[in-house]
Amino acid sequence: MDKLPFVDLMAEKNRYHRRGDLSAFEYTCQAEITNVYSLTETEKLYQIQLIDREERRRFTFKPGQFVMLELPGIGEAPFSISSSPARHGNIELCIRAVGNLTKFLARVPRGTRVGISGPFGTSFPVKEMRGSDVLLIGGGLGLIPLRAPIFAILENRSAYKDIDIIYGARKSSELLFTYQYDMWRQFDINLDIIVEQADEDWDGAEGLITRILEKRCAASDLSKNTYAIVCGPPIMFRFVCDMLIKAHLPVRRIFVSLERRMHCGRGKCCRCNIGSTYTCLEGPVFDYWSVMNLKEAI
Amino acid sequence: MIFRVFDKDQLQRLYDVLAVNHIVGPVCKGVNQNSAPLYDFDFVKTFSELKLDYSSTIHSLKRFVLPPRETLCTFELGDDNWRKRLDFNVHEPIVFFGLHACDINGLNKLDKVLNSVVYPDPYYVAKRKNMFIIGVNCSPQPFCFCRSMGSDSALHGFDMFFTSLGDEYFVEILSATAFEYISAIKSREPNERDHARFKEASEEKINNFTCHVDTTDLTKILDLEFQAEVWKTWGERCLSCGTCASVCPTCYCYGIHENVNLDLQGAEKIKQLYSCNLIDFAQVAGGHNFRPESHVRLKYRYYHKHRGFVEAFEESLCVGCGRCGESCLAGITVPEVIASVRGLER
Repeated sequence: MDKLPFVDLMAEKNRYHRRGDLSAFEYTCQAEITNVYSLTETEKLYQIQLIDREERRRFTFKPGQFVMLELPGIGEAPFSISSSPARHGNIELCIRAVGNLTKFLARVPRGTRVGISGPFGTSFPVKEMRGSDVLLIGGGLGLIPLRAPIFAILENRSAYKDIDIIYGARKSSELLFTYQYDMWRQFDINLDIIVEQADEDWDGAEGLITRILEKRCAASDLSKNTYAIVCGPPIMFRFVCDMLIKAHLPVRRIFVSLERRMHCGRGKCCRCNIGSTYTCLEGPVFDYWSVMNLKEAI
Repeated sequence: MIFRVFDKDQLQRLYDVLAVNHIVGPVCKGVNQNSAPLYDFDFVKTFSELKLDYSSTIHSLKRFVLPPRETLCTFELGDDNWRKRLDFNVHEPIVFFGLHACDINGLNKLDKVLNSVVYPDPYYVAKRKNMFIIGVNCSPQPFCFCRSMGSDSALHGFDMFFTSLGDEYFVEILSATAFEYISAIKSREPNERDHARFKEASEEKINNFTCHVDTTDLTKILDLEFQAEVWKTWGERCLSCGTCASVCPTCYCYGIHENVNLDLQGAEKIKQLYSCNLIDFAQVAGGHNFRPESHVRLKYRYYHKHRGFVEAFEESLCVGCGRCGESCLAGITVPEVIASVRGLER
C-alpha cells in the first residue's frame, strides 16, 4: 500500500492572501515608525506607516478596533488605533511605556521597522450615532481609543448633534493630546476636563470624572437620542456606567472598550477571555447589555 | 457509513500495511505505585508495543496537534530591516492507532475553535489535515464521565473505528483511504448476528459507567452560583499548578514570547501552551491582574469549559475523560466540583 498523502498547507495552491485564510494567520505587514512624539513622561505617540503602498491603501479600520504591533525578537501586543480611519495605513498609536515591549519601543529611533497585523475586533457604531447626541467619556489612557471615534465624528460633524467629551486624569501632567483640545473645541464640541489632584499649573476643575458627568446627566434627557462611549480604568467603568443607567440612558446605547491581555488577537490564545467571550473577537467594544451578561467584565 | 468485520488476528496485517507511515498509539510507559500499567501516546515501533486494550493514557494526544512548545516563525534581522519566515512544523502524515471516543471528540471540539471560519490556526490545521485516525472502543474507568458529557461515542472525526466483539473487530469506515486499507486485509460484511453483538457491546459499555455528572441547566446554575462560597473552598485546595490543563485534551490556551538569537542575526517567536490556573494568566502590563485569586482562576476554568463554550457551540468543552482529576495533586475532580456547585453532597 502507498503512504498516506501529505497535505502541505504551505503549497502554493493552498495559499491565498486574504484575511481568514490559513497562510494569513501569521501575516504581518511591515511598517515604519515615521515619527515619535512625547505626550507625557510615559506616553508617546507613534506615527506608523505601512511600507507597501498597496497594503497601506487597503488597510481600513473602524474606530475602536486595534492592531497587534510586533517588534521581532522583543514581542507583540495589542494597541488601540488612535488615528482617523480616513488615513488608512498611516496610523497613530499612543503607547505608555509599561511592559517589556513598550519600554523597548520607547527607546527605538524613527525609521524602525515594526510589524502590524490587523485590524482586529469590534468598533464603535459611529454611523448609527448620526443624528444623535454623543457623550464620550474617557479616564486616563481611555482617551486613546476615544480619539478614533472623535476624529470620525469631527470629519462629519454636521451629521451629529451635541458632542460632549468628558476627560479625567489623575494629574494635569498626565493629560494626553493637550495640543488638540482647542482644535476640538473649534468644531463645536463641549470638552470638559477634570483632574483628580490639581497642582499650581492647573486652573481647571478638580475632582473625579463623575462630578462633571453628574451635571451633564442633569442637563438633558439622556433616554432619547443619546449615545455614550466610555473608556477608562476598570473602577471608572462601574461608576460612570451606573450613573448613565440611573440617568435612563438605554444599555444598548452605552459602549465600552475593554482591555485585556492578548497574545494572538485572533480568538485563539484565550488570554483575553471573559467567561469564554473573546475580547479580541467579540470586543474590545461591547455595548453595556453584553457587559451586564459577562461576569467580571468590569 | 460502511461497516466491516474482521478477525483479531488480522490486526497485525493491518498494522504492517499502515506501518509505511509513522504510527502513534497507546504504549506502556511504566507502572504506578500499585503496579498498574501507565499508558501514553507515543510513536510505535513494533506491533507488540501497541496496547489497544489500554485503560486510559496519562496525557491526551494533544502534544501531536498542539505541541507544548512550538516555534511559530523565525525572523532574519538586517540592519534596518527584517524578514519573517513561517513553518507549520509538520512534514509527514501520522497514523493515530487506537484513540478512544473521548480523544476523538476532544479533537472535534478543538476544531470548532482552531479551525473556525475566522482566523483558522494553520499550525493546528496543518497537523489535523495530516492525521489518519483509528478509534477503538474502551471500557469505562472509575473516573470516566464522558457519558455525562455526551462524548462516549464518536460520530465523526475518525477514519475507522473498531469495536471489539470477542475475537473479532466490528469496524466503522468513514474515509476512502480507510476503505482501501481495510481492503488490504481479510474482512467480511457484518451479518445480523454482528449487528446484535455490536449493540450488546455498546449496551454493556453504557452500563459500566460508575461516574456521572449532572449537566442539567448547568450553564444557568454556574451563573447563579458565581459568587458561591464553595468556589473559595476549591480555590484553597487548588495549587494553581496548571497540571489539569497540561493533561486536558481540549485546553488550548497559550502564551507567546520572542527571543533574539545570540548572534543578533535572527529571532524566533515561540508559542507555549499555558494554563488559566497559573497566576499571571490574565495579568496585564503595569501589573493589574484580572484574576488574582486562585479560586477565581479555578472558577474561570469551569466557566469556560461548562458554560461559555456551551453557549457558543451548544456542547461542553469538557469531554469527561477524567484525566485532570486523576493528575490533580490536590485531588480536585470535575464531578466533585460540579456536584458541590449544584449543592449536592457526594
